[in-house]
Amino acid sequence: MLRQSLSVAAATGAYGISFGALSVASGLSLLQTQVLSLVLFSGGSQFALVGIMAGGPAGAGAAVATSTLLGARNTLYGLQVSGMLGVRGLRRLAAAHLTIDESTAVCVAQPETRAARLGFWATGAGVFLLWNLMTLVGSVIGNALGDPRRYGLDAAAAAAFAGLLWPRLKSVDALAIACLAAVVAVVLAPHAPAGVPVLVAALAALLAGVWRRAHHDPAPPHHWPEEDVEVAKP
Amino acid sequence: MSLWATVLVASVLALALKYLGYVVPASWLEGERTSRITSALPIALLAALVGVNTFTTGGGGLVLDARAAAVAVALVALALRAPFIIVVVLAAVVAAALRAVGIG
Repeated sequence: MLRQSLSVAAATGAYGISFGALSVASGLSLLQTQVLSLVLFSGGSQFALVGIMAGGPAGAGAAVATSTLLGARNTLYGLQVSGMLGVRGLRRLAAAHLTIDESTAVCVAQPETRAARLGFWATGAGVFLLWNLMTLVGSVIGNALGDPRRYGLDAAAAAAFAGLLWPRLKSVDALAIACLAAVVAVVLAPHAPAGVPVLVAALAALLAGVWRRAHHDPAPPHHWPEEDVEVAKP
Repeated sequence: MSLWATVLVASVLALALKYLGYVVPASWLEGERTSRITSALPIALLAALVGVNTFTTGGGGLVLDARAAAVAVALVALALRAPFIIVVVLAAVVAAALRAVGIG
């Protein structure tokens, strides 16, 4: 599980290089770029923000709105993991800060509470450290370092998501939800702001999933032990 | 809005949305329907992320490039029960190799 956390952190953190370079190219200073990675800390939101700001200061409102819309999924993640983490006070603030796609995905993939907590903190902290370090590297060196695509890091991130998804595809329903979500997201991508297709695809798949299960299948248990063991192995 | 204001407002809103998930009543997570949704949520999100990260460019355009081949190889590796880290490294190597010879 720690290896899984490290793989996800390494694959995702590597994107920080391109974020840093893109952000500086959009007109943000090195310090503004670093504040985004340190405080906002949500890749999709950050890319959207600097991408729209590249068009000039008139886009500031749309940039904030798009960034915030993209960040709304983190609220759902918080709802999902808060019960498992059982945190209060400052630790709850820290957990909220580290609540992103990767930490949530690794957390909910674990078989029991102890592994779920460890997976959340290890992935969240790992991604945070690498993301910020690589943002700095990207800002300072900029495009001179070269394209991360050259090293296949974009493909590695897609493969990491596939690796997290694979053990969950144990039922026809799960497979149907996954296919629907992937198709909806890809078809929507050219027509919606970055990140939004993922949100819409998730909602569409959830509606389909709820309807189908409500009519044809008994409710699944909250955890599927045999799947969770599979996930814990790598 | 100045650049600094834009950066700070977006950052504070993002943090507030994250924190909101931790302070709404726990009862929101009780019940059969919520349980079904929370079980299906990671499946849908991960699948959508795979699709977008495989077939779209940064600007949202659709494209078939080295990533599709890399993810196909990764799926075969997963079907052969390869460890997570091998799957990820394999995908990076396939994409990098294809691009090195000018494909994708």
